Amino acid sequence: MNRPAMALVSLLFLLALPLAWGAAGNTCLDCHSAMDAPLRVTDEEFAANIHAQKGLTCASCHGGDPSSPDDAMSKKAGFRGHIDRKQIPQLCGSCHSDAAYMRQFNPSLRTDQFSQYPTSVHGQRLAKGDTKVAVCTDCHSVHNIRPASDTRSTVNPLNIAATCSRCHADPNYMKPYGISTAQFADYSKSVHHDAMAVRGDLSAPTCTTCHGNHGAAPPGVATVKNVCSTCHVYQWELFNAGPHKTAFESAGLPGCVTCHSNHAITHPTDEMVGTGQQSVCTNCHTQGDAGLQSAAAIHTELGELESRIARSKEILDRAAVSGMEVSQAQVDLTQASDALTKARVSVHSFRAGSVTKEITPGQVTADKTYQVGVQALHERNQRRLGLSFSLLAIGATLVALRLVITHIES
Amino acid sequence: MSPAVRVQTWIDERFGWAEMIAPLQHKTVPRHRLSYWYFLGGITLFLFLIQIATGILLLLYYRPSANEAFESVQYITTQVKFGWLVRSIHSWSANLMIFTAFAHMFSVLFLRAYRKPRELTWVTGVVLLFLALGFGFSGYLLPWNTLAFFATKVGSEVAGQVPIIGPWIMVFLRGGPDVTGATLTRFFGFHVAVLPGLATLLLGVHVALVQRFGISVPPGLEQQWSSLPQPQREMRFFPNFFLRELMAWYVALAVLGLLAALFPWGLGTKADPFASAPAGIKPEWYFLSGFQALKLIPPKIFSIDGEVLGVLGFGAAGLVWLLLPFLEPKREGGGRPTFAIGVFALTFITAMTIYGYFGK
Amino acid sequence: MSFTTAEKPVLTRVCEVQESTAKNTSRRSLLKILLGGGILASLGSFLYPVLRYLVPPAETNLGVDSVIAATIHELKPNSSKIFRFGSRPALLIRTADGEYRAMSATCTHLSCTVQYRKDAQQVWCACHNGMYDLNGRNVSGPPPRPLEKYQVHIQGEEIQVQRA
Repeated sequence: MNRPAMALVSLLFLLALPLAWGAAGNTCLDCHSAMDAPLRVTDEEFAANIHAQKGLTCASCHGGDPSSPDDAMSKKAGFRGHIDRKQIPQLCGSCHSDAAYMRQFNPSLRTDQFSQYPTSVHGQRLAKGDTKVAVCTDCHSVHNIRPASDTRSTVNPLNIAATCSRCHADPNYMKPYGISTAQFADYSKSVHHDAMAVRGDLSAPTCTTCHGNHGAAPPGVATVKNVCSTCHVYQWELFNAGPHKTAFESAGLPGCVTCHSNHAITHPTDEMVGTGQQSVCTNCHTQGDAGLQSAAAIHTELGELESRIARSKEILDRAAVSGMEVSQAQVDLTQASDALTKARVSVHSFRAGSVTKEITPGQVTADKTYQVGVQALHERNQRRLGLSFSLLAIGATLVALRLVITHIES
Repeated sequence: MSPAVRVQTWIDERFGWAEMIAPLQHKTVPRHRLSYWYFLGGITLFLFLIQIATGILLLLYYRPSANEAFESVQYITTQVKFGWLVRSIHSWSANLMIFTAFAHMFSVLFLRAYRKPRELTWVTGVVLLFLALGFGFSGYLLPWNTLAFFATKVGSEVAGQVPIIGPWIMVFLRGGPDVTGATLTRFFGFHVAVLPGLATLLLGVHVALVQRFGISVPPGLEQQWSSLPQPQREMRFFPNFFLRELMAWYVALAVLGLLAALFPWGLGTKADPFASAPAGIKPEWYFLSGFQALKLIPPKIFSIDGEVLGVLGFGAAGLVWLLLPFLEPKREGGGRPTFAIGVFALTFITAMTIYGYFGK
Repeated sequence: MSFTTAEKPVLTRVCEVQESTAKNTSRRSLLKILLGGGILASLGSFLYPVLRYLVPPAETNLGVDSVIAATIHELKPNSSKIFRFGSRPALLIRTADGEYRAMSATCTHLSCTVQYRKDAQQVWCACHNGMYDLNGRNVSGPPPRPLEKYQVHIQGEEIQVQRA
């Protein structure tokens, strides 16, 4: 080659070096960002990936040599291409269950996901050859995997129900399994969903709280009450000490779910206990039996306390609007509301006596505050009496003035 | 000498009392079918005096810091004997005073009492009306409840829409960029010191001017009377008109007492600057027409911000109102445009207030 | 003098004038009494409330920043009391060692009123089994934040609780 040609080639090579250096990171995206689905992976998608942020590349999972466009997909460089669904858990687990390896990135991350997965319904069916079930990438997404703490992540508590419902609420997809697809719709009506989505309480239960995440399986009929009692301890203790525990166990009834349902756990009302239309007691108990009598008594007591509290609140509000000092009574009334809350919890003992124990102090407080309200309104009426005296004096003066005017002008 | 005469002589020798009140003995009030409108000025003055008295009483217990203001008003209405009465009278009288001030202004407009030589009476009167609105705006914040907090926020933001100097006005009003305890302190200072001082000064000038030029007679009647003078057309101020005025004042007292006892002024909840504004927030009725009008202006008119145009419009209207007597054409029938403007303004304010109340 | 005219005799007219003057004087004094009485009564009905208003009430504390929660004889060790602070309930605890602690009694989970548990010597919320320690820190259960802690000062016989 002549000297000018060599100079040109060297120049071009030098110019190409920075390009090559840049591409030594990830040449895969150079082509794949311009392709159509399903081969398309954009730069933004990959930049959002927690793995990319920690320095991993496409080759970390797919193999190959990303530094050179020629060897990028070379089998000799270990390229695996599209990962078969059955292989995915093993691939992810190859790093995520290696505690020593994960320590370099995030020492507090759990590393038992891969050991939990085979115990789950998903893991068990995958082992039998069913590739429709969820594998890691179905829940965590594929190329834009975000940490669970990120609110945009598909496995953030706020989004988990939606992620599960992608399959579990699709009747066509779930047809071969013969299980309900109403869970997501039911859960969306529930008080737990309300706590998280509306009140923003991230500790409220979502699918994985009761079913587990990597070892996901429905809790059995006999053990579902253990799941509920993780948070609802008090109700659980009362239930255990009461007459329903052995009765439900021998009847094979699923504990809490029997009355409260599993997914459509709506806000309980006083109508659930008693003999009315919406009562759950009448599902088992018959007219005239001791249990139904207890239920009716409990219902009456709860209703009475609620109406007394409402009555107190109404009169205190009226007094307060008229400018009377009733703030102490209004604070005391909150104690009565607390007694009602505790009484509603004590319903789970299914003994009228236990409920009465909580109701009675509430009644006392409600009645006391009601009297304060009556007294305040009485005082208010005294004021109006004083006003009428003043009006009388003013009226007399007006009459006198009118007469004086007439007199001096006659 | 009777003791009463003795006291009178003593005062007269040291104050020149008899000489001072001599002109008042001769003061007369024209008597015609529209004379009843003459009461409005006196009633407004009376209500202002009530505000001073009840205001001073409230001052004895009110605490002007964001931390304690709400609770101190609660204390007044619930713990202090008759505190509920003083506070409710103060709030009701404030509203009634602004109403009678507007009524007084419109009656002066339609009876054309602003004509020469009474133009400055009109000017001082309009400024007094603006001061009354300022009293209402500053006083409303003092209980530091949710409604007042957000009303002040919105109101001062509107003031900030004035071009160039608007942001400075807003910061001046608020005592900072946001509505905070600093705003409360500042409004308190305006409400109990600055505005009362200015109002007393202007009121003195206004009343002195009324004394100087006497009560005006509507132009139509003026012509009639000049051709056929009759003595019974004038009523002596002392004691005849004064006794009637006293009757009106007593009726106002009775109305205030009734309102305070039957419809006590509410307190609401303590202001929380970090909470979001409650839905459907509206200013008090005397600002409602302006607020509603601003809401109706489209966002942009010829690429100028709609709200800015609205604020400028109100400013221009205020200026016209102030200088009305000087802007009126001096020719025969020159009162007609003023009459038309008056009818338009009254209809606009009434319609916008009703719309603001009942509209979405 | 003519009796045919309608004019009344002089004597009658004089009597009439005298009578009407007498009626006038009595009417005038009656009016004076009515007016004076009315004005006095109405002024009295205005002045009485003002005078009562000027007398300061016994309690001058607004209860915003500090409140007298109890006296030193009220609480035994390892017991508690709910008292009003502002418009919300607050909890005063006398620990087993005799120390006083005060904190807000509104649970940070769903606003139930908490209580002091003698057996656990901790603060407990009966609604969802939330637990707080004696410093108000949320230690277990659903509560997301600690309870607001207040300062306790003992002044003579009174226990004063103050916002921190």
